Amino acid sequence: MGLSIRVRKNTYYDSVTLMLISKEVKKLEGVNEVLVGMGTDLNKELAQNLGLANDEINQLGPNDFFISVLSDTDDIINEIAIRVDELLNQKKDADGDEYIPPTFDSAVKFAPDSNFVIISLPGQYAYAEVKKALNNNMHVLLFSDNVKIEEEKELKELAREKGLLMMGPDCGTAIINNVPLAFANVVKKGNIGVVGASGTGTQEVTVLIDKLGAGVSQVIGTGGRDLSKDIGGIMMIEGIKALAKDPNTEVIVLISKPPAAEIAERVLSEAKQAGKPFVVNFIGGNPEVIKQYGGIPGVSLEDTARKAVALSRKETAVETEEYGEDEASLKEIAAREVKKLKKGQKYLRGIYTGGTLCDEAMKLLAGEIGGIYSNIPLEPQYKLENVFVSQQHTCVDLGDDEFTVGRAHPMIDPTMRQERLVKEADDDEVAVVLMDFVLGYGANSDPAGEMLPYILKAKEKMEAKGKAIIFVGYVCGTDKDPQGLKQQEDKLREAGVILMPSNAQAVKLTKALLKAASE
Amino acid sequence: MSNINQLFNKELKVINMGLKSFAEDLKSQEVKVLHVDWRPPAGGNKRMAALLAKLKK
Repeated sequence: MGLSIRVRKNTYYDSVTLMLISKEVKKLEGVNEVLVGMGTDLNKELAQNLGLANDEINQLGPNDFFISVLSDTDDIINEIAIRVDELLNQKKDADGDEYIPPTFDSAVKFAPDSNFVIISLPGQYAYAEVKKALNNNMHVLLFSDNVKIEEEKELKELAREKGLLMMGPDCGTAIINNVPLAFANVVKKGNIGVVGASGTGTQEVTVLIDKLGAGVSQVIGTGGRDLSKDIGGIMMIEGIKALAKDPNTEVIVLISKPPAAEIAERVLSEAKQAGKPFVVNFIGGNPEVIKQYGGIPGVSLEDTARKAVALSRKETAVETEEYGEDEASLKEIAAREVKKLKKGQKYLRGIYTGGTLCDEAMKLLAGEIGGIYSNIPLEPQYKLENVFVSQQHTCVDLGDDEFTVGRAHPMIDPTMRQERLVKEADDDEVAVVLMDFVLGYGANSDPAGEMLPYILKAKEKMEAKGKAIIFVGYVCGTDKDPQGLKQQEDKLREAGVILMPSNAQAVKLTKALLKAASE
Repeated sequence: MSNINQLFNKELKVINMGLKSFAEDLKSQEVKVLHVDWRPPAGGNKRMAALLAKLKK
Protein backbone atom coordinates (compact mmCIF):
# COMPACT_ATOMS: atom_id res chain seq x y z
CA MET A 1 0.00 0.00 0.00
CA GLY A 2 1.40 3.38 -0.94
CA LEU A 3 1.31 6.83 0.59
CA SER A 4 0.68 9.80 -1.72
CA ILE A 5 0.77 13.40 -0.69
CA ARG A 6 -0.25 16.72 -2.20
CA VAL A 7 0.75 19.98 -0.53
CA ARG A 8 -0.29 23.58 -1.22
CA LYS A 9 1.70 26.13 0.72
CA ASN A 10 -0.07 29.24 2.04
CA THR A 11 -3.58 28.11 1.28
CA TYR A 12 -5.92 28.29 4.25
CA TYR A 13 -9.33 26.69 4.82
CA ASP A 14 -11.28 26.33 8.06
CA SER A 15 -11.17 23.05 9.98
CA VAL A 16 -14.84 22.08 9.74
CA THR A 17 -14.86 22.53 5.95
CA LEU A 18 -11.80 20.28 5.66
CA MET A 19 -13.07 17.66 8.11
CA LEU A 20 -16.28 17.33 6.12
CA ILE A 21 -14.28 17.06 2.88
CA SER A 22 -12.06 14.35 4.45
CA LYS A 23 -15.20 12.42 5.33
CA GLU A 24 -16.51 12.81 1.75
CA VAL A 25 -13.33 11.68 -0.09
CA LYS A 26 -12.90 8.72 2.26
CA LYS A 27 -15.91 7.25 0.46
CA LEU A 28 -14.03 7.14 -2.89
CA GLU A 29 -13.21 3.68 -4.11
CA GLY A 30 -9.67 2.48 -3.40
CA VAL A 31 -9.09 4.85 -0.47
CA ASN A 32 -7.87 3.08 2.64
CA GLU A 33 -7.23 6.16 4.74
CA VAL A 34 -7.16 9.83 3.86
CA LEU A 35 -6.69 13.14 5.63
CA VAL A 36 -7.35 16.56 4.15
CA GLY A 37 -6.22 19.31 6.49
CA MET A 38 -3.99 22.21 7.44
CA GLY A 39 -0.48 21.47 8.76
CA THR A 40 -1.34 22.16 12.40
CA ASP A 41 0.36 20.20 15.19
CA LEU A 42 -2.92 18.41 15.83
CA ASN A 43 -3.34 17.34 12.21
CA LYS A 44 0.29 16.26 11.94
CA GLU A 45 -0.18 14.07 15.00
CA LEU A 46 -3.38 12.67 13.55
CA ALA A 47 -1.60 11.93 10.24
CA GLN A 48 1.11 10.13 12.22
CA ASN A 49 -1.47 7.98 14.03
CA LEU A 50 -3.24 7.09 10.79
CA GLY A 51 0.02 6.20 9.04
CA LEU A 52 -0.41 9.20 6.75
CA ALA A 53 2.66 11.21 7.74
CA ASN A 54 6.13 11.53 6.23
CA ASP A 55 8.92 14.12 6.43
CA GLU A 56 7.13 16.44 4.04
CA ILE A 57 3.98 16.46 6.20
CA ASN A 58 5.98 16.89 9.41
CA GLN A 59 7.59 20.06 8.07
CA LEU A 60 4.33 21.82 7.18
CA GLY A 61 3.05 24.89 9.02
CA PRO A 62 -0.53 25.77 10.05
CA ASN A 63 -0.93 27.84 6.88
CA ASP A 64 -0.13 24.91 4.56
CA PHE A 65 -2.84 22.72 3.10
CA PHE A 66 -2.28 19.00 2.48
CA ILE A 67 -3.97 15.87 1.23
CA SER A 68 -2.47 12.58 2.35
CA VAL A 69 -3.81 9.23 1.21
CA LEU A 70 -3.04 5.54 1.75
CA SER A 71 -4.15 3.37 -1.14
CA ASP A 72 -3.36 0.37 -3.34
CA THR A 73 -4.48 2.28 -6.40
CA ASP A 74 -1.85 4.22 -8.35
CA ASP A 75 -2.56 7.85 -9.16
CA ILE A 76 -5.52 7.95 -6.80
CA ILE A 77 -4.14 11.23 -5.42
CA ASN A 78 -5.07 12.96 -8.70
CA GLU A 79 -8.66 11.78 -8.47
CA ILE A 80 -8.85 12.86 -4.82
CA ALA A 81 -7.32 16.27 -5.54
CA ILE A 82 -9.94 16.87 -8.23
CA ARG A 83 -12.77 15.87 -5.88
CA VAL A 84 -11.36 18.04 -3.07
CA ASP A 85 -11.23 21.03 -5.42
CA GLU A 86 -14.79 20.41 -6.55
CA LEU A 87 -15.95 20.39 -2.94
CA LEU A 88 -13.94 23.49 -2.06
CA ASN A 89 -15.23 25.32 -5.12
CA GLN A 90 -18.82 24.41 -4.35
CA LYS A 91 -18.35 26.44 -1.20
CA LYS A 92 -16.68 29.27 -3.05
CA ASP A 93 -19.38 29.56 -5.74
CA ALA A 94 -21.96 30.29 -3.09
CA ASP A 95 -20.09 33.49 -2.22
CA GLY A 96 -20.61 35.17 -5.59
CA ASP A 97 -18.75 38.41 -6.04
CA GLU A 98 -18.89 39.55 -2.46
CA TYR A 99 -15.89 41.25 -0.92
CA ILE A 100 -14.05 38.94 1.48
CA PRO A 101 -11.69 40.95 3.67
CA PRO A 102 -8.42 39.21 4.59
CA THR A 103 -8.18 40.55 8.17
CA PHE A 104 -10.34 41.89 10.98
CA ASP A 105 -8.96 45.39 10.43
CA SER A 106 -9.91 45.40 6.76
CA ALA A 107 -13.39 44.08 7.64
CA VAL A 108 -13.88 46.98 10.04
CA LYS A 109 -12.72 49.46 7.39
CA PHE A 110 -15.17 48.00 4.89
CA ALA A 111 -18.10 47.79 7.37
CA PRO A 112 -17.40 50.31 10.14
CA ASP A 113 -20.92 50.00 11.55
CA SER A 114 -20.43 46.31 12.45
CA ASN A 115 -21.47 45.67 16.06
CA PHE A 116 -20.92 41.96 16.59
CA VAL A 117 -18.08 39.49 15.93
CA ILE A 118 -18.29 35.70 15.86
CA ILE A 119 -14.91 34.04 16.34
CA SER A 120 -14.34 30.32 15.80
CA LEU A 121 -10.60 30.37 15.00
CA PRO A 122 -8.16 27.84 16.46
CA GLY A 123 -7.95 28.64 20.19
CA GLN A 124 -4.38 29.94 20.24
CA TYR A 125 -5.24 32.73 17.79
CA ALA A 126 -8.56 33.72 19.36
CA TYR A 127 -7.32 35.99 22.16
CA ALA A 128 -5.69 38.56 19.85
CA GLU A 129 -8.76 38.80 17.61
CA VAL A 130 -11.24 39.05 20.49
CA LYS A 131 -9.20 41.83 22.03
CA LYS A 132 -9.27 43.76 18.75
CA ALA A 133 -13.04 43.32 18.50
CA LEU A 134 -13.65 44.52 22.07
CA ASN A 135 -11.32 47.48 21.56
CA ASN A 136 -13.45 48.38 18.55
CA ASN A 137 -16.51 48.33 20.84
CA MET A 138 -17.97 45.22 19.26
CA HIS A 139 -19.77 42.43 21.10
CA VAL A 140 -18.21 38.98 20.77
CA LEU A 141 -19.35 35.38 20.57
CA LEU A 142 -16.22 33.26 21.01
CA PHE A 143 -16.97 29.72 19.84
CA SER A 144 -13.34 28.52 19.98
CA ASP A 145 -12.15 26.29 22.78
CA ASN A 146 -8.56 25.81 23.98
CA VAL A 147 -8.39 29.43 25.13
CA LYS A 148 -6.32 29.90 28.29
CA ILE A 149 -8.31 30.72 31.43
CA GLU A 150 -6.13 33.79 32.14
CA GLU A 151 -6.97 35.05 28.66
CA GLU A 152 -10.67 34.43 29.24
CA LYS A 153 -10.53 36.39 32.47
CA GLU A 154 -8.71 39.32 30.92
CA LEU A 155 -11.08 39.47 27.94
CA LYS A 156 -14.19 39.25 30.12
CA GLU A 157 -12.87 41.99 32.40
CA LEU A 158 -12.23 44.18 29.38
CA ALA A 159 -15.74 43.45 28.07
CA ARG A 160 -17.28 44.32 31.45
CA GLU A 161 -15.36 47.58 31.59
CA LYS A 162 -16.65 48.48 28.13
CA GLY A 163 -20.19 47.19 28.74
CA LEU A 164 -19.90 44.58 25.98
CA LEU A 165 -20.89 40.95 25.62
CA MET A 166 -18.00 38.47 25.58
CA MET A 167 -19.81 35.15 25.25
CA GLY A 168 -17.36 32.25 25.52
CA PRO A 169 -14.85 30.79 25.00
CA ASP A 170 -16.53 27.52 24.07
CA CYS A 171 -19.86 29.31 23.73
CA GLY A 172 -21.98 27.20 21.39
CA THR A 173 -25.37 28.85 21.64
CA ALA A 174 -26.83 32.35 21.72
CA ILE A 175 -29.90 34.07 20.31
CA ILE A 176 -29.51 37.84 20.13
CA ASN A 177 -32.40 39.96 18.82
CA ASN A 178 -34.03 36.69 17.75
CA VAL A 179 -31.10 35.79 15.51
CA PRO A 180 -29.79 32.26 16.29
CA LEU A 181 -25.97 32.37 16.49
CA ALA A 182 -23.63 29.34 16.12
CA PHE A 183 -25.60 26.24 17.27
CA ALA A 184 -29.06 27.59 18.04
CA ASN A 185 -32.68 26.94 17.17
CA VAL A 186 -35.29 29.19 15.63
CA VAL A 187 -37.38 30.11 18.64
CA LYS A 188 -40.41 32.41 18.89
CA LYS A 189 -39.98 35.94 20.16
CA GLY A 190 -41.23 36.34 23.72
CA ASN A 191 -40.57 37.66 27.20
CA ILE A 192 -38.21 35.04 28.66
CA GLY A 193 -34.53 35.99 28.83
CA VAL A 194 -31.94 33.22 29.21
CA VAL A 195 -28.32 33.23 30.35
CA GLY A 196 -26.73 29.83 29.79
CA ALA A 197 -23.30 28.37 30.51
CA SER A 198 -24.20 25.12 28.76
CA GLY A 199 -24.85 25.01 25.01
CA THR A 200 -27.16 22.03 24.63
CA GLY A 201 -28.83 22.78 27.96
CA THR A 202 -29.71 26.19 26.57
CA GLN A 203 -30.90 24.68 23.28
CA GLU A 204 -33.18 22.24 25.13
CA VAL A 205 -34.72 24.91 27.38
CA THR A 206 -35.31 27.40 24.54
CA VAL A 207 -36.78 24.70 22.24
CA LEU A 208 -39.19 23.59 24.98
CA ILE A 209 -40.18 27.21 25.71
CA ASP A 210 -41.11 27.45 22.03
CA LYS A 211 -42.98 24.12 22.03
CA LEU A 212 -44.99 25.30 25.04
CA GLY A 213 -46.16 28.29 23.02
CA ALA A 214 -43.98 30.97 24.65
CA GLY A 215 -40.81 32.69 23.39
CA VAL A 216 -37.48 34.28 24.24
CA SER A 217 -36.31 37.90 24.39
CA GLN A 218 -32.54 37.33 24.45
CA VAL A 219 -30.41 34.21 24.96
CA ILE A 220 -26.92 34.99 26.21
CA GLY A 221 -24.23 32.28 26.31
CA THR A 222 -21.32 32.54 28.71
CA GLY A 223 -19.11 29.52 27.94
CA GLY A 224 -18.74 26.57 30.30
CA ARG A 225 -16.05 28.04 32.60
CA ASP A 226 -17.81 31.31 33.42
CA LEU A 227 -19.10 30.14 36.81
CA SER A 228 -15.76 28.73 37.91
CA LYS A 229 -13.87 30.35 40.77
CA ASP A 230 -11.29 31.71 38.34
CA ILE A 231 -13.76 33.65 36.20
CA GLY A 232 -16.27 34.40 38.95
CA GLY A 233 -19.39 34.40 36.76
CA ILE A 234 -18.47 37.71 35.08
CA MET A 235 -20.55 37.17 31.94
CA MET A 236 -23.53 35.59 33.69
CA ILE A 237 -23.68 38.57 36.04
CA GLU A 238 -23.38 41.08 33.17
CA GLY A 239 -26.03 39.11 31.29
CA ILE A 240 -28.43 39.23 34.25
CA LYS A 241 -27.85 43.00 34.60
CA ALA A 242 -28.69 43.51 30.91
CA LEU A 243 -31.84 41.35 31.13
CA ALA A 244 -32.88 43.23 34.29
CA LYS A 245 -32.86 46.49 32.34
CA ASP A 246 -34.40 45.00 29.20
CA PRO A 247 -38.08 46.00 28.99
CA ASN A 248 -38.86 42.99 26.77
CA THR A 249 -37.64 40.50 29.41
CA GLU A 250 -40.14 39.63 32.15
CA VAL A 251 -38.73 36.30 33.34
CA ILE A 252 -35.07 35.28 33.65
CA VAL A 253 -33.72 31.73 33.26
CA LEU A 254 -30.19 30.74 34.33
CA ILE A 255 -28.60 27.48 33.20
CA SER A 256 -25.25 26.07 34.31
CA LYS A 257 -23.55 22.95 35.55
CA PRO A 258 -23.22 23.17 39.37
CA PRO A 259 -21.07 26.27 40.02
CA ALA A 260 -18.59 26.86 42.82
CA ALA A 261 -20.66 27.68 45.97
CA GLU A 262 -19.46 31.27 46.38
CA ILE A 263 -19.99 32.00 42.69
CA ALA A 264 -23.51 30.54 42.81
CA GLU A 265 -24.36 32.94 45.62
CA ARG A 266 -22.90 35.91 43.76
CA VAL A 267 -24.93 35.06 40.66
CA LEU A 268 -28.13 34.39 42.61
CA SER A 269 -27.77 37.62 44.54
CA GLU A 270 -27.53 39.50 41.22
CA ALA A 271 -30.61 37.66 39.94
CA LYS A 272 -32.52 38.64 43.07
CA GLN A 273 -31.57 42.28 42.58
CA ALA A 274 -32.91 42.15 39.03
CA GLY A 275 -36.39 42.19 40.55
CA LYS A 276 -37.87 39.82 37.97
CA PRO A 277 -39.06 36.25 38.62
CA PHE A 278 -36.26 33.79 37.85
CA VAL A 279 -35.84 30.05 37.33
CA VAL A 280 -32.45 28.42 37.83
CA ASN A 281 -31.21 25.08 36.57
CA PHE A 282 -27.82 24.34 38.12
CA ILE A 283 -28.04 20.85 36.56
CA GLY A 284 -28.04 18.63 39.66
CA GLY A 285 -26.93 21.48 41.98
CA ASN A 286 -28.42 22.34 45.38
CA PRO A 287 -32.00 23.70 45.01
CA GLU A 288 -32.12 25.13 48.56
CA VAL A 289 -29.62 27.91 47.85
CA ILE A 290 -31.67 28.95 44.82
CA LYS A 291 -34.82 29.19 46.95
CA GLN A 292 -32.99 31.24 49.60
CA TYR A 293 -32.41 33.94 47.00
CA GLY A 294 -36.02 33.89 45.87
CA GLY A 295 -35.36 31.87 42.72
CA ILE A 296 -37.25 28.82 41.53
CA PRO A 297 -35.13 25.73 40.95
CA GLY A 298 -35.74 23.72 37.79
CA VAL A 299 -35.40 19.98 38.35
CA SER A 300 -34.82 19.01 34.71
CA LEU A 301 -34.35 21.16 31.63
CA GLU A 302 -38.01 20.55 30.77
CA ASP A 303 -39.09 21.48 34.28
CA THR A 304 -37.06 24.69 33.93
CA ALA A 305 -38.79 25.58 30.65
CA ARG A 306 -42.24 24.78 32.05
CA LYS A 307 -41.73 26.93 35.13
CA ALA A 308 -40.38 29.82 33.08
CA VAL A 309 -43.34 29.64 30.71
CA ALA A 310 -45.81 29.57 33.63
CA LEU A 311 -44.17 32.65 35.15
CA SER A 312 -44.15 34.43 31.78
CA ARG A 313 -47.95 33.99 31.74
CA LYS A 314 -48.21 35.27 35.32
CA GLU A 315 -49.20 31.78 36.46
CA THR A 316 -47.71 29.93 39.42
CA ALA A 317 -44.74 27.72 38.64
CA VAL A 318 -46.02 24.38 39.91
CA GLU A 319 -43.65 22.35 42.08
CA THR A 320 -44.06 19.05 40.31
CA GLU A 321 -42.37 16.90 37.75
CA GLU A 322 -45.61 15.21 36.71
CA TYR A 323 -46.00 16.12 33.10
CA GLY A 324 -46.11 14.23 29.84
CA GLU A 325 -47.31 10.64 29.77
CA ASP A 326 -48.40 9.37 33.21
CA GLU A 327 -46.78 6.37 34.88
CA ALA A 328 -49.60 4.04 33.83
CA SER A 329 -49.32 4.75 30.11
CA LEU A 330 -45.51 4.62 30.24
CA LYS A 331 -45.87 1.19 31.86
CA GLU A 332 -48.24 0.16 29.13
CA ILE A 333 -45.83 1.20 26.36
CA ALA A 334 -43.02 -0.54 28.22
CA ALA A 335 -44.98 -3.79 28.65
CA ARG A 336 -45.80 -3.79 24.94
CA GLU A 337 -42.23 -3.08 23.83
CA VAL A 338 -40.29 -5.42 26.08
CA LYS A 339 -42.25 -8.36 24.68
CA LYS A 340 -39.97 -8.05 21.63
CA LEU A 341 -36.88 -8.59 23.77
CA LYS A 342 -35.32 -11.92 24.67
CA LYS A 343 -34.24 -13.05 28.10
CA GLY A 344 -31.01 -11.44 29.21
CA GLN A 345 -31.54 -8.20 27.24
CA LYS A 346 -31.44 -5.59 29.98
CA TYR A 347 -28.94 -2.83 29.31
CA LEU A 348 -29.18 0.79 28.17
CA ARG A 349 -26.92 2.42 25.60
CA GLY A 350 -27.37 6.18 25.48
CA ILE A 351 -25.45 7.60 22.51
CA TYR A 352 -25.71 11.35 22.75
CA THR A 353 -24.43 14.25 20.68
CA GLY A 354 -25.44 16.84 23.31
CA GLY A 355 -23.26 16.80 26.43
CA THR A 356 -25.76 18.36 28.82
CA LEU A 357 -28.54 16.11 27.52
CA CYS A 358 -26.33 13.08 28.22
CA ASP A 359 -25.50 14.41 31.68
CA GLU A 360 -29.19 15.07 32.38
CA ALA A 361 -30.13 11.54 31.28
CA MET A 362 -27.63 10.01 33.69
CA LYS A 363 -28.79 12.24 36.55
CA LEU A 364 -32.46 11.43 35.99
CA LEU A 365 -31.67 7.70 35.82
CA ALA A 366 -29.25 7.66 38.76
CA GLY A 367 -30.46 5.54 41.63
CA GLU A 368 -33.09 3.91 39.42
CA ILE A 369 -31.04 1.51 37.31
CA GLY A 370 -27.70 1.33 39.14
CA GLY A 371 -24.41 2.74 37.91
CA ILE A 372 -24.09 4.09 34.38
CA TYR A 373 -20.75 3.86 32.62
CA SER A 374 -19.71 6.91 30.63
CA ASN A 375 -16.90 9.07 29.31
CA ILE A 376 -18.44 11.79 31.55
CA PRO A 377 -19.60 9.61 34.48
CA LEU A 378 -21.44 10.94 37.55
CA GLU A 379 -19.04 9.00 39.78
CA PRO A 380 -15.42 8.28 38.88
CA GLN A 381 -15.74 4.49 39.29
CA TYR A 382 -18.05 4.44 36.27
CA LYS A 383 -15.56 5.99 33.88
CA LEU A 384 -15.40 3.76 30.80
CA GLU A 385 -12.04 2.04 30.56
CA ASN A 386 -12.16 2.43 26.80
CA VAL A 387 -14.60 5.15 25.74
CA PHE A 388 -15.10 3.42 22.40
CA VAL A 389 -16.51 0.29 24.04
CA SER A 390 -19.73 0.32 26.07
CA GLN A 391 -20.33 -1.94 29.05
CA GLN A 392 -23.50 -2.72 31.03
CA HIS A 393 -25.54 0.50 31.25
CA THR A 394 -23.61 3.13 29.27
CA CYS A 395 -24.34 6.72 28.24
CA VAL A 396 -21.73 8.52 26.16
CA ASP A 397 -21.35 12.14 25.11
CA LEU A 398 -19.90 11.77 21.62
CA GLY A 399 -19.25 15.51 21.47
CA ASP A 400 -16.55 15.20 24.12
CA ASP A 401 -12.91 15.86 23.13
CA GLU A 402 -11.96 12.18 23.24
CA PHE A 403 -14.27 11.51 20.30
CA THR A 404 -13.73 14.61 18.18
CA VAL A 405 -9.98 14.49 17.43
CA GLY A 406 -9.69 15.25 13.72
CA ARG A 407 -13.43 15.26 13.14
CA ALA A 408 -16.23 17.75 13.41
CA HIS A 409 -18.67 17.59 16.34
CA PRO A 410 -21.20 14.71 16.01
CA MET A 411 -24.00 17.26 15.63
CA ILE A 412 -22.31 18.09 12.30
CA ASP A 413 -20.61 14.82 11.36
CA PRO A 414 -22.61 11.76 12.47
CA THR A 415 -19.98 9.15 11.47
CA MET A 416 -18.87 8.41 15.02
CA ARG A 417 -22.44 7.76 16.17
CA GLN A 418 -23.31 5.72 13.10
CA GLU A 419 -20.39 3.38 13.81
CA ARG A 420 -21.12 3.27 17.52
CA LEU A 421 -24.77 2.37 17.02
CA VAL A 422 -23.98 -0.62 14.81
CA LYS A 423 -21.37 -1.75 17.34
CA GLU A 424 -23.92 -1.66 20.17
CA ALA A 425 -25.92 -4.30 18.29
CA ASP A 426 -23.04 -6.74 18.77
CA ASP A 427 -23.86 -6.89 22.46
CA ASP A 428 -26.61 -9.46 23.12
CA GLU A 429 -27.52 -7.87 26.47
CA VAL A 430 -28.53 -4.49 25.05
CA ALA A 431 -32.24 -3.70 25.37
CA VAL A 432 -32.65 0.03 24.79
CA VAL A 433 -30.78 2.57 22.66
CA LEU A 434 -31.44 6.20 23.60
CA MET A 435 -30.49 8.99 21.17
CA ASP A 436 -30.84 12.76 20.84
CA PHE A 437 -31.21 14.54 17.50
CA VAL A 438 -30.30 18.22 17.74
CA LEU A 439 -31.68 20.51 15.03
CA GLY A 440 -31.16 24.20 14.38
CA TYR A 441 -28.53 26.34 12.70
CA GLY A 442 -24.98 25.00 12.96
CA ALA A 443 -26.16 21.38 13.06
CA ASN A 444 -26.22 18.75 10.29
CA SER A 445 -28.88 19.42 7.65
CA ASP A 446 -30.53 16.01 8.20
CA PRO A 447 -29.55 14.40 11.51
CA ALA A 448 -32.41 11.85 11.42
CA GLY A 449 -31.77 10.85 7.79
CA GLU A 450 -28.05 10.34 8.51
CA MET A 451 -28.83 7.80 11.25
CA LEU A 452 -31.66 5.89 9.53
CA PRO A 453 -29.60 3.34 7.55
CA TYR A 454 -27.61 2.57 10.70
CA ILE A 455 -30.73 2.19 12.84
CA LEU A 456 -31.94 -0.37 10.30
CA LYS A 457 -28.53 -2.06 10.21
CA ALA A 458 -28.48 -2.41 14.01
CA LYS A 459 -32.02 -3.77 13.92
CA GLU A 460 -31.15 -6.34 11.26
CA LYS A 461 -28.09 -7.44 13.20
CA MET A 462 -30.20 -8.07 16.30
CA GLU A 463 -32.99 -9.75 14.31
CA ALA A 464 -30.48 -12.15 12.77
CA LYS A 465 -29.80 -13.29 16.33
CA GLY A 466 -33.53 -13.60 17.05
CA LYS A 467 -33.46 -10.48 19.21
CA ALA A 468 -34.67 -6.88 19.01
CA ILE A 469 -33.57 -3.41 20.18
CA ILE A 470 -35.94 -0.74 21.43
CA PHE A 471 -35.00 2.69 20.08
CA VAL A 472 -36.00 5.74 22.11
CA GLY A 473 -35.32 9.16 20.64
CA TYR A 474 -35.81 12.84 21.23
CA VAL A 475 -35.60 15.53 18.56
CA CYS A 476 -34.45 18.84 20.06
CA GLY A 477 -35.78 21.32 17.55
CA THR A 478 -38.67 23.55 16.52
CA ASP A 479 -40.96 23.57 13.49
CA LYS A 480 -39.12 26.72 12.34
CA ASP A 481 -35.64 25.12 12.31
CA PRO A 482 -34.14 24.66 8.83
CA GLN A 483 -34.37 20.85 9.15
CA GLY A 484 -38.07 20.96 10.14
CA LEU A 485 -39.12 19.21 13.36
CA LYS A 486 -41.97 17.24 11.80
CA GLN A 487 -39.94 15.97 8.83
CA GLN A 488 -37.20 14.76 11.16
CA GLU A 489 -39.64 13.12 13.56
CA ASP A 490 -41.55 11.40 10.75
CA LYS A 491 -38.37 9.77 9.43
CA LEU A 492 -37.47 8.38 12.85
CA ARG A 493 -40.98 7.18 13.62
CA GLU A 494 -41.12 5.33 10.31
CA ALA A 495 -37.92 3.52 11.30
CA GLY A 496 -39.62 2.42 14.51
CA VAL A 497 -37.99 4.87 16.93
CA ILE A 498 -40.25 5.79 19.85
CA LEU A 499 -40.07 9.58 20.15
CA MET A 500 -40.76 11.61 23.25
CA PRO A 501 -41.33 15.38 23.41
CA SER A 502 -38.32 16.21 25.64
CA ASN A 503 -35.08 14.65 26.80
CA ALA A 504 -36.47 14.27 30.34
CA GLN A 505 -39.51 12.39 29.02
CA ALA A 506 -37.39 10.19 26.76
CA VAL A 507 -35.42 9.29 29.89
CA LYS A 508 -38.63 8.61 31.83
CA LEU A 509 -39.77 6.15 29.18
CA THR A 510 -36.31 4.57 29.13
CA LYS A 511 -36.56 4.07 32.87
CA ALA A 512 -39.93 2.30 32.48
CA LEU A 513 -38.55 0.13 29.66
CA LEU A 514 -35.48 -0.95 31.62
CA LYS A 515 -37.63 -1.71 34.64
CA ALA A 516 -40.00 -3.84 32.58
CA ALA A 517 -37.08 -5.57 30.88
CA SER A 518 -35.56 -6.58 34.21
CA GLU A 519 -38.82 -8.00 35.59
CA MET B 1 -28.14 52.61 28.73
CA SER B 2 -25.39 49.96 28.69
CA ASN B 3 -23.87 48.91 25.41
CA ILE B 4 -25.48 45.49 25.76
CA ASN B 5 -28.94 47.01 26.13
CA GLN B 6 -28.24 49.26 23.17
CA LEU B 7 -27.38 46.21 21.11
CA PHE B 8 -30.80 44.71 21.97
CA ASN B 9 -32.40 47.61 20.09
CA LYS B 10 -30.15 47.50 17.05
CA GLU B 11 -29.89 45.45 13.90
CA LEU B 12 -27.08 42.88 14.18
CA LYS B 13 -24.19 43.57 11.81
CA VAL B 14 -21.78 40.70 12.08
CA ILE B 15 -18.13 40.04 11.26
CA ASN B 16 -17.40 36.30 11.13
CA MET B 17 -13.93 34.84 11.61
CA GLY B 18 -13.36 31.10 11.38
CA LEU B 19 -16.03 28.59 10.41
CA LYS B 20 -17.59 29.81 7.21
CA SER B 21 -20.83 27.93 7.83
CA PHE B 22 -21.69 30.38 10.61
CA ALA B 23 -21.63 33.22 8.06
CA GLU B 24 -23.65 31.17 5.57
CA ASP B 25 -26.32 30.47 8.21
CA LEU B 26 -26.64 34.18 8.95
CA LYS B 27 -26.76 35.07 5.27
CA SER B 28 -29.61 32.61 4.74
CA GLN B 29 -31.54 34.50 7.43
CA GLU B 30 -30.79 37.82 5.75
CA VAL B 31 -28.61 39.01 8.61
CA LYS B 32 -25.81 41.35 7.55
CA VAL B 33 -22.54 39.44 7.78
CA LEU B 34 -19.01 39.86 6.49
CA HIS B 35 -16.84 36.75 6.44
CA VAL B 36 -13.11 37.31 6.96
CA ASP B 37 -10.69 35.21 4.92
CA TRP B 38 -8.56 34.75 8.02
CA ARG B 39 -5.28 32.86 8.04
CA PRO B 40 -2.67 32.35 10.75
CA PRO B 41 -0.55 35.50 11.17
CA ALA B 42 3.03 35.31 9.83
CA GLY B 43 2.24 32.01 8.12
CA GLY B 44 1.74 30.35 11.49
CA ASN B 45 5.31 31.06 12.61
CA LYS B 46 4.82 31.86 16.29
CA ARG B 47 8.06 33.82 16.75
CA MET B 48 7.39 35.93 13.69
CA ALA B 49 3.77 36.50 14.75
CA ALA B 50 4.90 37.75 18.15
CA LEU B 51 7.34 40.17 16.47
CA LEU B 52 4.62 41.43 14.15
CA ALA B 53 2.24 41.99 17.07
CA LYS B 54 4.95 44.04 18.82
CA LEU B 55 5.50 46.17 15.74
CA LYS B 56 1.79 46.92 15.49
CA LYS B 57 1.61 48.22 19.07
